[in-house]
Order: sequence, then C-alpha cells, then structure tokens
Amino acid sequence: MTLPWPFEREYMQLALAAGLVVGVCGPLIGAFLVQKRMSLMGDGLGHLAFAGVAGAILLGVWPLWGALLFTVVGALAVEALRARGKTSGDLALAIAFYVGIASGVVMLGLAGSLNATVFTYLFGQILTVTGREVAVVAGLGGIIVVAFALSRRALFAIVGDEEWARVAGLPVGALNALLAVLTAIIVVAAMRVVGLLLVAALMVLPVAGGQLLARSFGGTLLWSSAIGGASVIAGLVAARTLGLAPSGTIVLFAAGIFLIAALVSALRRRLGGPADAEPPALRLGEPMAGGDDA
Amino acid sequence: MSGLSRAYEARGSTVELASLEGVSFSFDGDPILEDVHLRIERGEFVALVGPNGSGKSTLLRILLGLLPVEGAVRLLGQPPDELRDRWRVGYVPQRPMLAGDQVASVEEVVAAGRLARRGWWRRFRREDREAIGHALESVGLLPLRHRRVSHLSIGQQQRVFIARAFASEPDLLVLDEPISGVDAESQRRFRASLLHTIEDHETGVLLVSHELGAVADDLDRVVVLKGRVLFDGPPQELMARGVSLGVHPEDLPFWLEELR
Repeated sequence: MTLPWPFEREYMQLALAAGLVVGVCGPLIGAFLVQKRMSLMGDGLGHLAFAGVAGAILLGVWPLWGALLFTVVGALAVEALRARGKTSGDLALAIAFYVGIASGVVMLGLAGSLNATVFTYLFGQILTVTGREVAVVAGLGGIIVVAFALSRRALFAIVGDEEWARVAGLPVGALNALLAVLTAIIVVAAMRVVGLLLVAALMVLPVAGGQLLARSFGGTLLWSSAIGGASVIAGLVAARTLGLAPSGTIVLFAAGIFLIAALVSALRRRLGGPADAEPPALRLGEPMAGGDDA
Repeated sequence: MSGLSRAYEARGSTVELASLEGVSFSFDGDPILEDVHLRIERGEFVALVGPNGSGKSTLLRILLGLLPVEGAVRLLGQPPDELRDRWRVGYVPQRPMLAGDQVASVEEVVAAGRLARRGWWRRFRREDREAIGHALESVGLLPLRHRRVSHLSIGQQQRVFIARAFASEPDLLVLDEPISGVDAESQRRFRASLLHTIEDHETGVLLVSHELGAVADDLDRVVVLKGRVLFDGPPQELMARGVSLGVHPEDLPFWLEELR
C-alpha cells in the first residue's frame, strides 16, 4: 500500500492501523465509563492485563491471549463486586490494581523476564507491532463496534439512572457486565499502542474534550472518536518527525485537544453564544425540590 | 371506579393494575408500613399523600419491586419482581438522576423510555419514533428536543422525565413528587398531559405528592398514608370532612388531625 510520508513505510502503516482502531474505539467505551464516574476502570484493568501478560510469558503463551483472559475475568469480577455494593467501585478498582501489578511482577520474576520486555507492555511500542497483532487489534475493534452499535442506547440509559432502568425493564446486570467486558477488550487492544499505564488516557481524555463540544450523548461519541483518531495520527507524525516516544506523544495530543476544547467552550459561554452554552440551571445529580421520605 | 374502568370490566377484561393487601414493612425494628391495602384500576387517577416519613416512598418501592416484602403485592397481575413486561409501568422517580455532567439531549433521554418495549438491541421503528414524538409533544417539549437536558429549567427537566415514562405508552404510570418546586406553566402542562393519557389510553395513574393543587379536582381517589392508610376515597368525601386538598406540606399536620 502506498501512503504519503510519514506513513510510507510498512511499520508506520501497521502503527497507524492499530492506533486508529484504538483511538476511535476507545472513547466509544470510555464515554460510558466517564458518565458512570468510573473513569479509572481502564486503569485498574490495565494493571490486571499486566498480570495476564506476565502469566502468559511464564507459561510460554502469546501475551495478548493471557492479557485478554485475565482482563475479561477481572472486569467481570470487579463489576460483580460493584453491583453487589459490597465495596464501592473505587475500592474494587484499587484492589484489582494492586493485585494485578504485584502478581505480574512476581510472575515475570519467576519467568526471568523482568527486563526491557516489560517496558513494551507498560508504555507501548506501537512502532513494532506486527501484522498478526494488528489483525487481532482489528478483530477486537470489530467486536467493540458491533457490540456498541447494538447496546449504546441501553448503556446510555443505565449509566444515566440505574434504578430507573431496572424499573423500566432493562437488563441492568447483563448490560453492566457487557460494558465491563468491552472495557477489558479495548484495554487489551490498546496495550501495544499506548501501553498499559496510558490505556485509560485514550479512553477518557477524548471524552473529556468531546463532552465540552457536544450537546447530546450521540454528539459526544462522535467528537470523542474524532479526537481519539486525530490524536493518534498527530502523535505518530510528531513521533516520526521529532523522534519522540509515540505513546506519550499520542496521549499528550489528546490532552492538548482537551485544553483547546475547554478554551473554546469557555469562550463560547463568555460571548453569550448559543442558548445551549449557558451555564446549567441545575445539575441533575443533585436533589430536586421536595422533601425526602421514609 | 371511573366510568372507563367500569366499561372495561363490563367487557370482561381485568381492570386491576396494582394492589397491595395487608402489606407491612419495618426497617431496623421500626415499623414503617402497617397492614396497608391499596388498589389501582385501569383509567383511575389516584393520589397518595402523607407527611414526610409517612412511608410513601417505601410503599412505592415495594409496589415497583425494588423492595421485596412478605405479603400480597401484585403489579399488572404478577408479583412485582416476576413481572416481565416492565415497560407497561411508567415510572418518574422523585429525583430523576442524570449524572451531573452527563451530556444528553431531551430526545435521547425520552427515547430511553421506549427501549425496553422495543427490545434494547433492536432498531426503533416508525411507531417507536412516533411514540417518542408524541411523548415530547404531550409535555410541550417538542421544540426543545435537541437541547441539553442540564440546560433546562427545573420544571422543564421534570417534564423530560415524565415524557420518558410516557414513551413506552404504559398501562400504569407511577409518579413520585413530580410537581414539587415546579413553575405554574409546567404544572398546567403536567395536568393536561396526565388527563390526556388517562382518557386516551385508560392509563392508571398513581401520583405521590405533597401538593395536589393542580390536579385536586381531577382525582378519582385520594389515599392518605401515615404508616397505615388513614383515608381512601373520593376527594369530595375528604373535603366533606373539612380537609382542603389545595394543601401545602406545612398544612399536612392539620388535616391529618381531621382524619384521626
């Protein structure tokens, strides 16, 4: 395939393909996590994926499969803990976080691999992704897109108001589990692109920017995906021309776009702008008028 | 019983939408509800009133299957937690929750009310879009459907959540304090849309509220609750006993005295 500079080389094309899948799909899932106030879910699961990678290396299996298995099982366990209210989502994530990293370090030590390999998973190594990895990432992206297309309206309803959704007859438990599994899948797909320590950034930062520019949830999704994709392209170009580390550069671009969006939104408000940019009359999460009851 | 539900019964269909028989509930040893009986029929407009802590919200949660209890509770003929077609119950929570920073348009929130009826994974069809449009229109929000919910006034926001409940075209509508703190225009629209749905769809309505001002004349029955049912009958009978229904929360103690 011939692409213009800086994507004329095969390794850059593979990087672009894997990066775009993750950059576009990550915010689609991240948007629900942000609205559910579980922005750090991706982080916790990233640490579990690290244990999966380590376990796979110890057993001589392809690390991606190990990461996928650990992360999906871990995501379902975290969701089960959260749903039962035995522990807050926050604490459940912290537990996953520490157990994942600790067991990962122990297993890598046992495998004698506590060396530079670790860095490619923690900080990503998008310029060395193989065709096989891109194929898997694309497959995972495909699963996300299909599941997202089928469930986005229902997921929107449950993250907005879980109790109402239950009364209305939506399968709240199953949908929450689906969201957890989709989060696990995107974390594994993003692992080689931005690394496990920055996975959550690609799911959350574009959404933070997109929310400021949109008036609807659908608009938020479009803006967020566009910002995610643009950050990947800009990050790769900058990395190639300036010799910067691509994972960090991609995330910094996403953060930069968020800052610009915040400025634009503040400016729009100051200039009076459209009625939609007025400060909210009421934050809906706060109590409405009327007394509480037994 | 309203004329509509009487006609319905004459055709041999079931008219009972919800019932509680001898339901008691206590929390940490404190009795909250004692031997409560309540029945709502098709096309009936029932208000449930009572002071703070009278158990109104608890009763509502029991009826909706959010709080399991011993005792006979039926929602559309089923125990509430076994009811499958849950979309047949439209629910407007007391404090509609939308995460504070959730970006959502009016239409998106109202459309969520149609999901369970169509099947959440299915595409909306024409009748779904029509029902959503109709729900928006009935609360007067059609022109504002693309606006961000968090940018609307309190009264308008309440109407968004009422429209969400309308969107599934429910048989029973349950509203928890929908008009407290809402402007007169929203109250007027609220009343009109309720009467419309009762008349056109024979929807049964259970309205839990402190203030009945806007709808006091339209009610079929008033149920006064304070741990147990103090009164259950037509509003005229309540007024004949010297109790005014244009009540404000601060009036409640007075007219509860009247019922003793």
